[in-house]
Amino acid sequence: MGLLLWLVFSSAHASWGVNMTPGATEVSRSVFDLHMTIFWICVVIGVIVFGAMFWSMLVHRRSVGQKPAHFHESTTVEILWTVVPLLILIVMAIPATKVLIDIYDTSESELDIQITGYQWKWHYKYLGEDVEFFSNMSTPRSQIENRSAKGEHYLLEVDEPMVVPVGTKVRFLITSADVIHSWWVPALAVKKDAIPGFINESWTRIEEPGIYRGQCTELCGKDHGFMPVVVEAKSKEDYADWLAERKQLAAAEKELTSKEWTMDELMVRGEKAYVTACAACHMPGGEGLPPMFPALKGSAIAVGPAKGHIDIVVNGKPGTSMAAFGKQLSEVDIAAIITYERNAWGNAVGDMVTPKDILAFKQAQE
Amino acid sequence: MSAVIDPGHVGHGHAGHDHHHGPAKGLMRWVLTTNHKDIGTMYLWFSFAMFLLGGSMAMVIRAELFQPGLQIVQPEFFNQMTTMHGLIMVFGAVMPAFVGLANWMIPLMIGAPDMALPRMNNFSFWLLPAAFGLLVSTLFMEGGGPNFGWTFYAPLSTTYGPESTTFFIFAVHLMGISSIMGAINVVATILNLRAPGMTLMKMPLFVWTWLITGFLLIAVMPVLAGCVTMMLMDIHFGTSFFSAAGGGDPVLFQHVFWFFGHPEVYIMILPAFGAVSAIIPAFARKPLFGYTSMVYATAAIAFLSFVVWAHHMFTVGIPLTGQLFFMYATMLIAVPTGVKVFNWASTMWRGSMTFETPMLFSVAFVILFTIGGFSGLMLAIAPADFQYHDTYFVVAHFHYVLVPGAIFGIFASAYYWLPKWTGHMYDETLGKLHFWMSFVGMNLAFFPMHFVGLAGMPRRIPDYNMMFANFNMVSSIGAFMFGATQLLFLFIVIKCIRGGKPAPAKPWDGAEGLEWSVPSPAPYHTFSTPPEVK
Repeated sequence: MGLLLWLVFSSAHASWGVNMTPGATEVSRSVFDLHMTIFWICVVIGVIVFGAMFWSMLVHRRSVGQKPAHFHESTTVEILWTVVPLLILIVMAIPATKVLIDIYDTSESELDIQITGYQWKWHYKYLGEDVEFFSNMSTPRSQIENRSAKGEHYLLEVDEPMVVPVGTKVRFLITSADVIHSWWVPALAVKKDAIPGFINESWTRIEEPGIYRGQCTELCGKDHGFMPVVVEAKSKEDYADWLAERKQLAAAEKELTSKEWTMDELMVRGEKAYVTACAACHMPGGEGLPPMFPALKGSAIAVGPAKGHIDIVVNGKPGTSMAAFGKQLSEVDIAAIITYERNAWGNAVGDMVTPKDILAFKQAQE
Repeated sequence: MSAVIDPGHVGHGHAGHDHHHGPAKGLMRWVLTTNHKDIGTMYLWFSFAMFLLGGSMAMVIRAELFQPGLQIVQPEFFNQMTTMHGLIMVFGAVMPAFVGLANWMIPLMIGAPDMALPRMNNFSFWLLPAAFGLLVSTLFMEGGGPNFGWTFYAPLSTTYGPESTTFFIFAVHLMGISSIMGAINVVATILNLRAPGMTLMKMPLFVWTWLITGFLLIAVMPVLAGCVTMMLMDIHFGTSFFSAAGGGDPVLFQHVFWFFGHPEVYIMILPAFGAVSAIIPAFARKPLFGYTSMVYATAAIAFLSFVVWAHHMFTVGIPLTGQLFFMYATMLIAVPTGVKVFNWASTMWRGSMTFETPMLFSVAFVILFTIGGFSGLMLAIAPADFQYHDTYFVVAHFHYVLVPGAIFGIFASAYYWLPKWTGHMYDETLGKLHFWMSFVGMNLAFFPMHFVGLAGMPRRIPDYNMMFANFNMVSSIGAFMFGATQLLFLFIVIKCIRGGKPAPAKPWDGAEGLEWSVPSPAPYHTFSTPPEVK
């Protein structure tokens, strides 16, 4: 036991930190100051009240021969200890109100990013920039299942972080595609619920380049604990380069739809896309978690006619957790995933669904 | 009605007759009983069984969180454990324990022969095993039990919920009916059956706090019933109360839930306030300081509890003015709560104190509950709450008000009145051991949660980054210690029932109240002739 404790407590990343950090923005620092102010007020009150109680417990005991007094009422002190706390509260409410008003001022933003929560990933869309992408946790299963050593940013790392420029007022428009999530980055002091059917606003202005990490903070189902938020703040120039690169990538991605794909190419891409988009529910081996998340291995849809398979992936199944992926994923990824699902884990339909088929299916729907 | 009344019970009011018969024999005594002491005993045993069940689920949670990585359970099951732990502790352990104490003690404290509505009393108890049998059975159903947290936010609990949700809804309905009937019974008893001379302002504070709790229950349990009924409609009958896709509003769910939920947290603490207000004066040998202000403070807390619900929802995006209103209203609760704490401290001041187990639990109650109150005050500050909300800081906060609050209040009450219930003194040495191990275990388990919460660990996650590892391990060790200690309590209670030093009618020299005027153990029927209160 002692050895075990020593091993854990001496490990490099373990921390004995006991307090919030001031964070990386003006707002986060004022929130931190508020937090410390209230904390010290509570400490002072605590020392006085508990001090009196402990003094009393030491001195006013029968074992030291103390005879009980009989006082049991005093309107004066009752009024006193009603009014004094009230005044302390008013003193606390003033700075809190100021900070709150500041936090609610989302006007005059220079960059708008729409954040959409999905089970269990985030989607970031740079409004007016034609750039959008999903952000998935990148910690491998093997680390979670203790089969390999855990990295420094275990569970707090993603494939595509949100990138923002420093010194810029960034407004977040936060919503959800399924259940309620909550987008939180402690260093920015931004925590806002992502609610289906609502768009919540929040904002930040980061001063220093750096990587800021957070997590989903509203229970959103099975993988709630595996839905990190990573924000990378870059200098304005680096941000501009990054944005240009993302735009090129997006254009290249669109061209892929018209490319002639081979079965092998689709299977390789399909496996990768399946793992990020589908495996959380249907499991990497396609066995699912029935009855909430049905198996795909040997399922009637996955080995049935291709049209039905395309339909459920593109349109989802209302009233269940199966989301409509038609707008979430590219035609290429949808085609690759469907092809993969029809030909993996012993499903051997042998046919191939191409990005053009998906495009044709979507156009026929419109 | 009169045709089914047991002839043996008809003669209750006639003096001289009622001393000749005791309880019926065998199992049917417990099934059919309308005696407030029997029903109180059953409530207390039931709640203790639920406490152990809900506690064992907490042990699963803490075992999984002992180290980073997934070791023992998978996330789906982890979520079922957190959900069931919350539901069972709130509805199965704390609330029935207080109803049990009310059943046993309120008639004895106000000089009433029994509860006002004895048959309903029986029914409201027996609904509970049915409700919890149903709730726990969902764990064995295909797809598992409720996994959406004890707050069951829609649409996670509706569109995305497991199939067993319908059973969960039915179980909540049964618990709600039971609570409402129990509350009506308490209110009716207090308002109608007080002994001559027992005016409202002479009632013991436990009776006062329960009267106010009764009204809170009657006001909010129907709101919970409405909430789960809307869920049922959404799931099975095609309505869209909480579904944005159908024009509904997921935030409406949270408003309705917390309109119930916030008064609910006071339902779980007010009776403990009352019990502690009896115990501290008894062991300080000095009358309670500020009785009148205690009553008013309780009423003020109850009133405020109806206008602060959205402080649970500071991050859902309510408008600035709403945010400010709920922040100020929440901060105001600190005033009457502070009055109570100051009154308790003043009661101790210049008393002649001894520290038997009930007093130890009561003093720990005051100190640790106040710590929970401090973190509550911090949480009330909306901008700071954006950092605290849904982190382990919140978990630390509500465990500090519920464990040393509600649970220690119940332990204090149990030790204080066990001699009256059983006719024996409990083992004082073991009682003190139970206190100290609970005290150390509880603080070890919950205090570090403040730290990991402030460092950024969200609640309800089965796995975490290494930076949270140290304090999580400390928490788990404390939780195992606290959990194991409760088996000692079971042993102490059984030992006390089976024997021990015979208890006099009034085993505590400083205690006040009518309950100490009847022999120990309290006879099956008491106050058939009402006592005169001067």
